[in-house]
Amino acid sequence: MRTRSWLFPLILVAFVGCSKAGGEGSASGAVTLLNVSYDPTRELYVDLNAAFSRHWEATHQQKVTIKQSHGGSGKQARAVIDGLDADVVTLALAYDVDMLHDKASLIPEGWQKRLANNSAPYTSTIVFVVRKGNPKGIRDWDDLVRDGVAVITPNPKTSGGARWNYLAAWGHALRKPGGTEQSARAFVESLFRHVPVLDSGARGATTTFAERGLGDVLIAWENEAFLLTDEVGKERFEIVVPSTSIVAEPPVTVVDRNVDKRGTRAVAEAYLQFLYSEEGQRLVAKHHYRPRSEAVARKEGARFPKLTLFTIDEVFGGWRKAQSAHFDDGGVFDSIYVPQAR
Amino acid sequence: MASQTRRHVLPGFKLSLGFTWAYVGLLVLIPLSSLFLKTFSLTWPQFWETVTAPRALAAYRLSFGASFAAALANVVFGLLVAWVLVRYRFPGRSFVESLVDLPFALPTAVAGLTLTTLFSSKGWYGQHLEALGFKVAYSSVGVAVALTFIGLPFVVRTVQPVLEDIDADVEEAAATLGATPTQTFMRVLFPAILPALLSGFTLAFARALGEYGSVVFISGNMPLRTEIVPLLIVTKLEQYDYAGATAIAVVMLVASFLLLLIVNVLQRWSHRRLEARPGA
Repeated sequence: MRTRSWLFPLILVAFVGCSKAGGEGSASGAVTLLNVSYDPTRELYVDLNAAFSRHWEATHQQKVTIKQSHGGSGKQARAVIDGLDADVVTLALAYDVDMLHDKASLIPEGWQKRLANNSAPYTSTIVFVVRKGNPKGIRDWDDLVRDGVAVITPNPKTSGGARWNYLAAWGHALRKPGGTEQSARAFVESLFRHVPVLDSGARGATTTFAERGLGDVLIAWENEAFLLTDEVGKERFEIVVPSTSIVAEPPVTVVDRNVDKRGTRAVAEAYLQFLYSEEGQRLVAKHHYRPRSEAVARKEGARFPKLTLFTIDEVFGGWRKAQSAHFDDGGVFDSIYVPQAR
Repeated sequence: MASQTRRHVLPGFKLSLGFTWAYVGLLVLIPLSSLFLKTFSLTWPQFWETVTAPRALAAYRLSFGASFAAALANVVFGLLVAWVLVRYRFPGRSFVESLVDLPFALPTAVAGLTLTTLFSSKGWYGQHLEALGFKVAYSSVGVAVALTFIGLPFVVRTVQPVLEDIDADVEEAAATLGATPTQTFMRVLFPAILPALLSGFTLAFARALGEYGSVVFISGNMPLRTEIVPLLIVTKLEQYDYAGATAIAVVMLVASFLLLLIVNVLQRWSHRRLEARPGA
């Protein structure tokens, strides 16, 4: 029986060998990029990737294939930290990208300065979706905390997108005439008392609101709101734009350690630059994100209503501060729930 | 001992034992011990604070409570299902038989979505239940419902073979000796299937403790009220708090291990009692 003891190591070696052989080299002429993104950008990047491939092949005579990976923003960042070979990341919030530096030194500290507009080639904002005819007469943030109004928003502890919702509400209350930290906290606290269900992600909250008929108003990203009204049910829902809201900036960056290892830096950087190009910006607008380009924005002006917008840097001093003050354990969001424990 | 093993009919004990250790080590022992190692980055007070936070305590209560209730419900109704499947032949029996396994195969997130749709206030079940004053979806009852769903096959599949092994003559013998049906069940059948019931209960309970996909949809995830432990772990991960997440995971691991141990002891005890019975 002893003679067979070579069998197991051999199988092991065969396994390892296979997985090594599966890796891709960039020397063969064609290039492959992996774009690790968050959940609702799938269709956007399908379009953008095709356009960029055409553009790159025309200018560099090289074929480029871009693979996509989607999931919750934080989960995606963790996958990259744990070794997923992303060439570029396009996530929902800068905090998740910051962690690529903090936890694994994959990118340099000042990554957000490397591209224009805080490295966010497109933005969105936080708006409300109500049922057709707006039966509860919701016009602005303050209407959300009226008696008998049920609000649907996902859990900011598990959903990056939901953190923007929370910060938009906080910023609105803070910037109101006479607004203070205390009044903002009181507002957000009473807002979350109107939330019957905390879904773990944004799409889950949309399902709760749209399919299960729960709640009177859904707090959502503008692009998601457009998807819901334009593509799911114009006769069932309408968008309400509040007077003020936050600029949601989903940032992008190349993952330096990975592109240098794989020799894909040039293509990866060109890919992100392409997001800022005329064509890229038009596709961005087509998928309901607000373009950064003035020219494209003017053309799409009617679709994106004007409202007073503030940025996270202005009101909260950036993502790191917002995260530690509000969402980390022991932060404001936790204390909102503690007093009403049964 | 060594001479005993050499006399086995099938050869290759040493190789297969080596393989067993390697396989179990790679798949179970190393991952679990690295879980413990990860928590060592916390100091003892930090660890204690993390695992005894009010939200964590509320989540343990819900996870263990709902899992226990669900496993208990499955013991009662799973036994009935197994009983009917073993003892009776009826049209559609093989269909029911295969339905029992469905919760094994179905992605639990799909189960969760479906159950939530049914039990929410506009759903088929939910609208009637809510009219009667029962709120199922987005409450702890909903959590128990989802956990009952995923746990059903464990009880049925552990009890079924044991029931099949009990011959009908045993019951007939009991009857001829003057036992009532209740007596037959309580004193002849039940002791025989008790060990299997206990392991079914354990499996369903353990499975429910770790369940995530189906529960996050139906629970509503309200902190301190309907938040389960696996969600709390995901929450910590979302904050890149790996150590905090593993700390809570370790608590769950130790707790479930202790529970499994207790139930195993109970099972052995009931087995021994059964064998010691005169005439059994």
